[in-house]
Amino acid sequence: MNFAVLQFPASNCDQDAVHVLRNVLGHSARLLWHKETSLGNADAVIVPGGFSYGDYLRTGAIARFSPVMQAVQAFAAKGGPVLGICNGFQILCEAGLLPGALIRNRSLQFRCEHVFVKAATANSPFTSQIPDGKVLRIPIAHGEGCYFADAETIARLKAQNQILWQYADAQGELTDVANPNGSVENIAGICNESRNVAGLMPHPERASEGLLGSADGRLIFESLIHALESKSVAKAA
Amino acid sequence: MSDPAITPALIKQHGLTPEEYERIQGILGREPNYTELGIFSVMWSEHCSYKNSRPLLKTFPTKSPKILVGAGEENAGIIDIGDGLAIAFKIESHNHPSAVEPFQGAATGVGGIIRDIFTMGARPVCSIDSLRFGELTSPEVRRLFSGVVAGIAHYGNCFGIPTVAGEVYFDKSYEGNPLVNAFCLGVLRHEQIARGAAKGIGNPVFYVGPATGRDGLAGAAFASQDLTEESAEQQRGAVQVGDPFMEKLVMEACLELLATDAVAGIQDMGAAGLTCSTCETAARAGTGIEIDLAKVPQRAPNMTPYEIMLSESQERMLIIVHKGREAEVKRIFDKWDLPWAEVGTVTDTGRMMVKNRGELVADIPAKKLADEAPIYQREAREPEYLKAVRAFTLAGVADTQDAAGNLKTLLGWPTIASKNWVYRQYDHMVRDGSVVCPGSDAAVIRIKADSLPQDGEGKSATVDKYIAMKVDCNAVYVYLDPYEGAKTVVAEAARNLACSGATPLGSTDNLNYGNPHNPEIFWQLRESVRGLAEACRAFNAPVTGGNVSLYNQNPNGPIDPTPTVAMVGLIDKLEHVTTQWFKDEGDAILLLGDVVDRNDPMLGLGGSAYLQRVHALKTGTPPRCDLDREKELHLALRSLIYSGVVKSAHDCSDGGLAVALAECCISQQIARETPRLLGAEIDLSAFTGVRLDALLFGETQSRVVISVSAVQAAKVLAQAKILGVPAAVLGKTGGTALNIKANEGTLSCDLRELHDLWWNAIARAMA
Amino acid sequence: MKAKIIITPKKAVLDPQGKTVQNALEHMGYGGISAVHVGKYLEIEVSGDKETVRKQIDEACHKFLSNPVIEDYKFELD
Repeated sequence: MNFAVLQFPASNCDQDAVHVLRNVLGHSARLLWHKETSLGNADAVIVPGGFSYGDYLRTGAIARFSPVMQAVQAFAAKGGPVLGICNGFQILCEAGLLPGALIRNRSLQFRCEHVFVKAATANSPFTSQIPDGKVLRIPIAHGEGCYFADAETIARLKAQNQILWQYADAQGELTDVANPNGSVENIAGICNESRNVAGLMPHPERASEGLLGSADGRLIFESLIHALESKSVAKAA
Repeated sequence: MSDPAITPALIKQHGLTPEEYERIQGILGREPNYTELGIFSVMWSEHCSYKNSRPLLKTFPTKSPKILVGAGEENAGIIDIGDGLAIAFKIESHNHPSAVEPFQGAATGVGGIIRDIFTMGARPVCSIDSLRFGELTSPEVRRLFSGVVAGIAHYGNCFGIPTVAGEVYFDKSYEGNPLVNAFCLGVLRHEQIARGAAKGIGNPVFYVGPATGRDGLAGAAFASQDLTEESAEQQRGAVQVGDPFMEKLVMEACLELLATDAVAGIQDMGAAGLTCSTCETAARAGTGIEIDLAKVPQRAPNMTPYEIMLSESQERMLIIVHKGREAEVKRIFDKWDLPWAEVGTVTDTGRMMVKNRGELVADIPAKKLADEAPIYQREAREPEYLKAVRAFTLAGVADTQDAAGNLKTLLGWPTIASKNWVYRQYDHMVRDGSVVCPGSDAAVIRIKADSLPQDGEGKSATVDKYIAMKVDCNAVYVYLDPYEGAKTVVAEAARNLACSGATPLGSTDNLNYGNPHNPEIFWQLRESVRGLAEACRAFNAPVTGGNVSLYNQNPNGPIDPTPTVAMVGLIDKLEHVTTQWFKDEGDAILLLGDVVDRNDPMLGLGGSAYLQRVHALKTGTPPRCDLDREKELHLALRSLIYSGVVKSAHDCSDGGLAVALAECCISQQIARETPRLLGAEIDLSAFTGVRLDALLFGETQSRVVISVSAVQAAKVLAQAKILGVPAAVLGKTGGTALNIKANEGTLSCDLRELHDLWWNAIARAMA
Repeated sequence: MKAKIIITPKKAVLDPQGKTVQNALEHMGYGGISAVHVGKYLEIEVSGDKETVRKQIDEACHKFLSNPVIEDYKFELD
């Protein structure tokens, strides 16, 4: 499969995503500069973590207007799969590809630590390969990862099964203590209505090799690859 | 606006002595003008010239076959790590700016050291920090501490560099004098080493990065005087503000430009900004340099030549480009949307000539300015307080009646307690290389293809190396015995590396002291440098560079002498990477080294955390480190690790054996709010005739706690004997408590309670 | 002319910064404080016909300077 990993001036998890897709999972992955207007032959797009354009106004606020994001909008509209990680999730929300917003952690501090997350559904191209009930151990690293949406939006997310990942404890319980940032409903990641665009705050690319302490994050990439290979998501032209 | 007249008062205000001023007149053959006076004052400050410390620094071991760029040659030293790869690393202080404005002071400290590394052509891949503050009971100290940590987090996280290790000490001597020492490490291929030399007569000189403002005016000079309310207030108006986003762009653009071979020389504008970068690059190349200030991008209107030359605006670089290759600079810096300007040329005059709209505003022989600062051999006198330190004995100190209570006190002391409140604010995992994260003896990172300046598109997919690093300094030991204390500083850093499975490659040190004009302070400096040099030689960890920060004192007195040592080592194989926490139930727990140094009248309690916290005594001759025995210990430990039997290894340092054992039981963190606790049953009754406090909390050197599977214990004891290192089985792992039995008493603690005290101590103090 | 823009978190959104400032003020002995909201203030120097500028700034606030999911904005021109 061909992955396009977007590269904004201050992306800093871009190379990590390429490393995992290419060297760990054996797929083709290339960096795509933010001034590009075409995604080329990409089968899927990764919007990686970092601080895109410095994020001084608001995380992801400027990135959504970049040329490459216009291409991503079109790609997503045709059903192409897009996964936003951390800052990528923030950008996708800002761009309106995902509902809600990510606001300042309730601790007011940046948090970098391993957390447990549980897939709330296997029904998505991003979660299908995660065994039922499996609690994934994946790191987070963000200052603004508190997921917020109004009550109506949350109700809709639930009704349409769009909540993909939630912070949990080691036993898989959705406790408040397990919630690292104050996210509504312990939400760690969601998808759009057509289920081809997803975002999450934890970093699966930092948990894809045993030597880094956990390989649980691979399940998310493997789900996506499985979906692409079985053509369960439409290949965008 | 005309320049002020040069008066004795103005000269003094610039931190120059009458003799130094005469020397300036001699070099110029005339009176300096105001701009030139400013230029000399910053270049001849301690921060830039090491005028008070240079003779001492020359005693450090600086050579090894692996050193590619040595101490003092360039912005950072470079060491070969095999397979055509190399690492560049350095530590540098930003103490005074952090005292004035903790957030920006610390942030720009991180930014400065990152620039030093990519200036060498290396891609920065991780940083570590050594921090010191007063006690957290003071609201002012809490403000400084939280500001510094937030500043480091802001800069490092946004830049995208993992902060993988560090140390934080809290002691009254740092109240008002916080220490912020930032270390950065980068990776490159041998052929990618860049030089800070203005080579090639006629080559154009470029300024890249954001415009120059009045920030941090003469910060280097400020850093080279005592910290007073007035000096701090002066600086407050001109705080340097860091922009990590800008620095990330500047780094990527510089690395991209360096890959084109268009660059003849490159240097960052750090302390003393444009002044230092122009005269040093010319001095290194034996050339001259001419710049026109009118061409320098300026952020504020009506800046004078003095202000432009002395500004410390951040994230700026000076690049000398081969003539005819100017277009490459333009192409790459435009791609990254970065400001650039051609500001001058390399000349054959040997002079640094600065023009402003055609008018010559400074004309100084570059080499004399950069390399011929006065050198002082300051007067040294043994400090008075050492008499009382040496006279102190344990005779008046009653043995402990409450070992468990003492252990809890020590684990809950912020200096010993977990630093998770700090490192959870740092992104310590970005770049996908953090094999051992903060919380074990040393950090271990993996070097892979994308750690190199070019992203390694297929070219170097097989790169796979493991680098361990640690920064250490028990400054109380150094205060109580500068020479012996400094040796233990280096020994502890080397021991931490050995515990992680690494062999030292080199070290970088940051010498933080009070005012060197005080003979007692200079004695501390001289004696501790002697100890550092001897120990670095012993562990084959030559010094590749570093920084000297003097004048760390305020009206209440000087800091404890604090020579922080960051040591870097190589781990050959992933299987050798070892962490400090116990792994499995039923494993045997062994001590390598003597349980207590019976030749030490203080039994390891001199200067110990125990005496400080339990008896409120910061005195006594600290434990000595026999470097030969220590080396044998490291060799033996590594050899055991290589043989595959060692499941965990943790050094005994602050708080002694009991604290080390407790940390082995409680320091593994699986995830948020999810520690893994593994108890231990310890029997010390074989060690007779030792006071219980010394046995549990004494800080005898050259000791490591390891765990091995029970069936291997006898074999390991035998192997240790062959390797010439004392070893003993202390007990076994298991259960949910730490139980220690000794002849003089027992200790029994529930791990959940110990973990809570240790893990949450700093968060509670900051709440 | 100058556009002075104030962006505040929507009332329904968790505002930990505001809460922290409120707690600190109460600790310092300032009574009677029922809520604190921490927002952003921007000044934009701009020239042109006042009505056109008003439309431009309003659009920029809506599309870019604020995030309507979590923030409200108001501005004045002078």
